[in-house]
Amino acid sequence: MRQEIISDAELVSNYINGDEKSLSTLIYRHKQKIYSFIYSKVFDRDLAEDIFQDTFIKVIKTLKRGAYNEEGKFLPWVMRIAHNLVIDHFRKNNRMPKFDNSGEFSIFSVLGDPALNAEKQIIKDQVESDVRKLIEELPEDQKTVLVMRMYNDMSFKEISERTGVSINTALGRMRYALINLRKVVEKHNIVLTN
Amino acid sequence: MAKLYMKGPHKVDNQNPREETVKFLLDYSKALSVIDYKMMKFEALLN
Repeated sequence: MRQEIISDAELVSNYINGDEKSLSTLIYRHKQKIYSFIYSKVFDRDLAEDIFQDTFIKVIKTLKRGAYNEEGKFLPWVMRIAHNLVIDHFRKNNRMPKFDNSGEFSIFSVLGDPALNAEKQIIKDQVESDVRKLIEELPEDQKTVLVMRMYNDMSFKEISERTGVSINTALGRMRYALINLRKVVEKHNIVLTN
Repeated sequence: MAKLYMKGPHKVDNQNPREETVKFLLDYSKALSVIDYKMMKFEALLN
């Protein structure tokens, strides 16, 4: 009962002089008001708990350093610290905004994962396998030139040397190979896109 | 009569911090000592 009579100013003074119990009295006396105030701003119990804790850590440090000079206005002072910490919290959150992707600029138009996802990889494998099968249907001379050029990455000079034909013939065979492939694709309505 | 499906206002009355939080603060206060040295103040946490 006696504790309720002691004023905040007196408790603060006692605490500064080393009486730890005075702090306990101050916290228990005002915790509900301060915590409710913080919670009314952030609507999150854990966050309110954190800010409440930080508020009193500031209070304790200030009092212990002897930097407190607002005698008789303990609660408004603590409320102001709490208020500033709530503002700090919201500022910090604004400084690191989450990308909601609702604006005109989308970060994902600049950043991207170059690796194909599982579905696209399957489609790519399928397309490549289909093309391989189509190539198998080409006449032997055209198929040889196309495979050497596209799969073995050989130059037409190398192809002409390897197959014993002129460069122009190799070029012509490559051209017909592509024309024939396109014809087959169109004729059978084969979709070769990823 | 049509039902109203609006959320009621947040209830903020009678909210209290957890007991552990208060205990932490009291322990923190006991552990913290500020050392004065030539116009400077050092904080030391003694556990």
